[in-house]
Order: sequence, then C-alpha cells, then structure tokens
Amino acid sequence: MMETVIRAEGLDLTFQTNDGPVQALLDIDLDIHKGEFVSLIGPSGCGKTTLLRVIADLEKPTAGTITVNGMTPEEARLKRAYGYVFQAAALFPWRTIADNVALPLEVMGLDRAERERRIRENLALVDLAGFGKKFPWQLSGGMQQRASIARALAVQPEMLLMDEPFGALDEIVRDHLNEQLLKLWAATQKTVVFVTHSIPEAVFLSTRIVVMSPRPGRIHDIIDCDLGDDRPLDIRESPEFLKIAHRVRDGLRAGHAYEG
Amino acid sequence: MIRARILPVLTIVAAIIAIWYAAAVLLNAPFERDQARRAGSDIAFSQILTNTMAQERPVLPAPHQVAAEIWDTTVNKKITSKRSLVYHGWITLSATLLGFVMGTVLGILLAVGIVHSRVLDKSLMPWIITSQTIPILAIAPMIIVVLNSVGVTGLVPKALISTYLSFFPVAVGMVKGLRSPEAMHLDLMKTYNSSRSDVFWKLRWPSSVPFLFASMKVAIAISLVGAIVGELPTGAVAGLGARLLAGSYYGQTVQIWSALIAAAAMAAVLVTIVGMTGAWLNRRMGIREAAQ
Repeated sequence: MMETVIRAEGLDLTFQTNDGPVQALLDIDLDIHKGEFVSLIGPSGCGKTTLLRVIADLEKPTAGTITVNGMTPEEARLKRAYGYVFQAAALFPWRTIADNVALPLEVMGLDRAERERRIRENLALVDLAGFGKKFPWQLSGGMQQRASIARALAVQPEMLLMDEPFGALDEIVRDHLNEQLLKLWAATQKTVVFVTHSIPEAVFLSTRIVVMSPRPGRIHDIIDCDLGDDRPLDIRESPEFLKIAHRVRDGLRAGHAYEG
Repeated sequence: MIRARILPVLTIVAAIIAIWYAAAVLLNAPFERDQARRAGSDIAFSQILTNTMAQERPVLPAPHQVAAEIWDTTVNKKITSKRSLVYHGWITLSATLLGFVMGTVLGILLAVGIVHSRVLDKSLMPWIITSQTIPILAIAPMIIVVLNSVGVTGLVPKALISTYLSFFPVAVGMVKGLRSPEAMHLDLMKTYNSSRSDVFWKLRWPSSVPFLFASMKVAIAISLVGAIVGELPTGAVAGLGARLLAGSYYGQTVQIWSALIAAAAMAAVLVTIVGMTGAWLNRRMGIREAAQ
C-alpha cells in the first residue's frame, strides 16, 4: 500500500479582488503518494499554481481540508517538508551560486562544514560542480534554474514542489533539463508535484497527470502515465506516449468547452 | 574612457567661467560709469573692462579674484588662523559629517520601523513628510537657541540641523529599498520558515543597499546645507556659513563667493565619495549593473 503524502478533500479557494470574488479552486479532491511524480496541467487561470501554493502554505484554502505528511500545510512548511522551485530561478543576485544554495541552510542554522558538504553534493547533483563561485548573472537561464533546484534539494525535503520551473527556457534547454530532472527523481526518490502547461513535458515526466480546467479551477481528469523507468527523449514519438498525450489534450479541450 | 567623461565636464566649466566673466563686466560696469560721471570724465569701454575685473567690492567678483582669494586663504594662511578657509571648511565639514551619520542612522531606523510595523507606517510617515515642509531657515535658529539654553553648544547643534535635513531622503529611500524584494523572494524565504530577522538580514537589507547609497548622496549634500544654515545664527563665529554671513555684513563679496565655491567643491567631493563607495560595494556584492 502506497503511503499518501498529500491529501486534499473538497478544497475551495476564493480570492477577494476589487472586481468581486474569484473562485480559484473548486472542490479539489486529490491524493498524492510517496515517490510519485504528479503533474498539474491546464490553461492559465485553471488554478494549478494556486493549488501548488496551497500545498506549500503560501495560500490558505477557504474551505475543505488538506494534509501534507498528515499535518496541516503550515506545520509541514514550518518543518521544511518541501523544497519549492519557482517559475524564475529567484536567486539572490548579491550571492554567489554556492551562497545561494547555502541560503536555506543558514536559515536552518547548520554549521559551516555541513553547509559546505550539502552545497558540494547538490551542485554536483544538478551538474553545476565548479560553478559555486560564480554570480547568478554569469550563468545561463537553464543553469540558474538548476542552481535553484540544487537550493531546493539542499534542504533535503521529502518532496519537491515545482511551479513551471522550465517555462521561461527555450525548447532545447528544456528537453535537457527534463531528462536531468527525471534522473534526479529516480536517484532521490522524492515526491514531486510539478506544474506545467506543456503536454509533452507532463507526459514525459509524470507518473500521474492531473488535468485542470479554468473558471473555476477544478480537476477535470486524472491520467495514469507510467512509461517505465527508462525514458529517453525519443519515447515522445512512441505510440504509448502519443496516446497519453492525446488523452491529456482531449481533457484540456473538454475543460475549455464548457466555459461559459 | 576618462577623456569621454572629463571632456563634457570641462566644456561646461569653460562655459560657466565665460558667462561668469561676461556677467562680472555687465554687473560691475554701472559702478565704474557712476565713478567716472562723478569725476566728470568719460570712461572708455576698454577701461571699464579692466576696472570691472579688479574692484575692491564688486557686485559680482571675477573668477580670478575668487580664485586668488581662495588661494590666499587656504595656502597662504595657517590652518589654525581664523582667516583660513581650511579652518572654516573643517568646522563646517565636521558638523556635516556628524549630522550626516546621525541622519543616516536615524533614517534607516525609521525605515526599518515603518517597514515592519503598520502602525508606524500610518503614524510616522505623515510627520516625516511634514518635517520637511518647515523652512529650515525658520527652525534652525530656534534649535540653536534652545540647545544653547540647555548648555549644548558648538558642533552638536549644527550637526542636529544637518540630521534634521538628511534623515529624510534616507528614510524615504530605505522604506522603498526595504520593500523592494520581489514577492517571489519573500515567498522563498517563507518556505524556509525564516524568522523576521532572517528575512531582514538576508533579503531586505541587501536588496536596499543601492537605495541606501542613492539616498545617502542626497543626504550628504543637504547635510552640508544644514551645517551652513546652522552656522548663520551662531553670530558668525566660525565655519563656511560664518564666512558667508561676515562677508555679507561687510560687503566682502569676494569672501562670500570664495566661501560659496569652497562649499560647492566640498559638496561635490562628498557626493563623489559616497557615490564611489556605493559603486564599489555594489561591485563587491556582484550586482551586474554596477560591474559593467
């Protein structure tokens, strides 16, 4: 029996804006198990990022319940249960790459030796060994995002929450990082919740795909997607891959169809 | 590179000096004509030209007269002499620097309070702005008199007037600087379960450094103005402000102008030092814009 790490039941979230209330999430039911790679996919405004932020305790739901590792999201956040990767690398420009990775470790109050061990380990993990002394602007966008993944991993969280981490990168860099992320996931066995709006990315990376639809944001379909452990980029031309991609696309289209 | 920076500056300096000479002739000529008329003689334009360059108490002294006065009162006088511009300059400079340091610290403390407390934000900000709408010329004598009556004299009252002026740009700039971190960076710190002091020292403070130096450049210039204004009501004892006041009492326009030029030069040097320190610090912090 797989262990559930994230469980959402009847989750609602309404933002109060100047134009009146906006229903960002409606009646979300979702279980995510340990070691899964779950993608949240949908058009903009479908609440996929909002759902991720609720899991991370960066937003509070207005109704329903959600537990992370059996705790409230806030308790989980205070215990640093997850590493969060943003759309942009969000590195501090005045810190070197190594010091950026050290940031959460300083906050955690780790001693210097342990900090340096984790910096070395995690920079190597994302293929940035030897770049520790560089400043963020000296690195390409893809390398910056890898550094931010190293920073998230340095906390040694049980799960990674990733919010369109490769959305701003070009196709080739994105393919490369997708491959790397997959290897990283296989090596670390972490639970990953991954927000994206790219169908190939979602199908290539995930064990399950949650298709969401907008206004109000809700779950339209949940698609199992297990292409096996060994997934070269070529797999994207295989019939199984295309079949799943087709189902995701249908889901996204249907989600749009009953838009008033 | 250096030529490209110095050439425009020198061009402007040359233009200012040319205009200054022309203005000196124009403004000092009526006195010469008046003298000639009283003597019952005519005066040629060439004579006016030479005379207006060397009047004892010109309406506008010529640049070389001011230069000669500055040379005379800096190089030819002992530093301890009451007639040395260096002596007076140092008096003003010490009050400026003390006031600037106090103003910067006060400005930073106010900004930290305002950024971290909604109550302070609502209650302090209007007063901070109001404080700068009061003419400093009106409030400076009162500060000097009140402090004198409680036995505080000399450097501190003048420095306090500098503080009064210089805390303002620092407070306003630092409020902006401490609020400058992006929402994403603040969220990031939140995911680490960071304390308020972590957020402050690791994110808000480093983000605000460029803002701090931009506002310190303004602050040090008006600190100098504050120190000079503070010297006026002390009865012209010492300092550049005292030189200005004494000069105007006795119609010593050359002295007034040389004190003015000295003050302007001092301000330029101070602003440059602050600017260069800021650029150096930005480079050390690896900020790209400054490194280029």
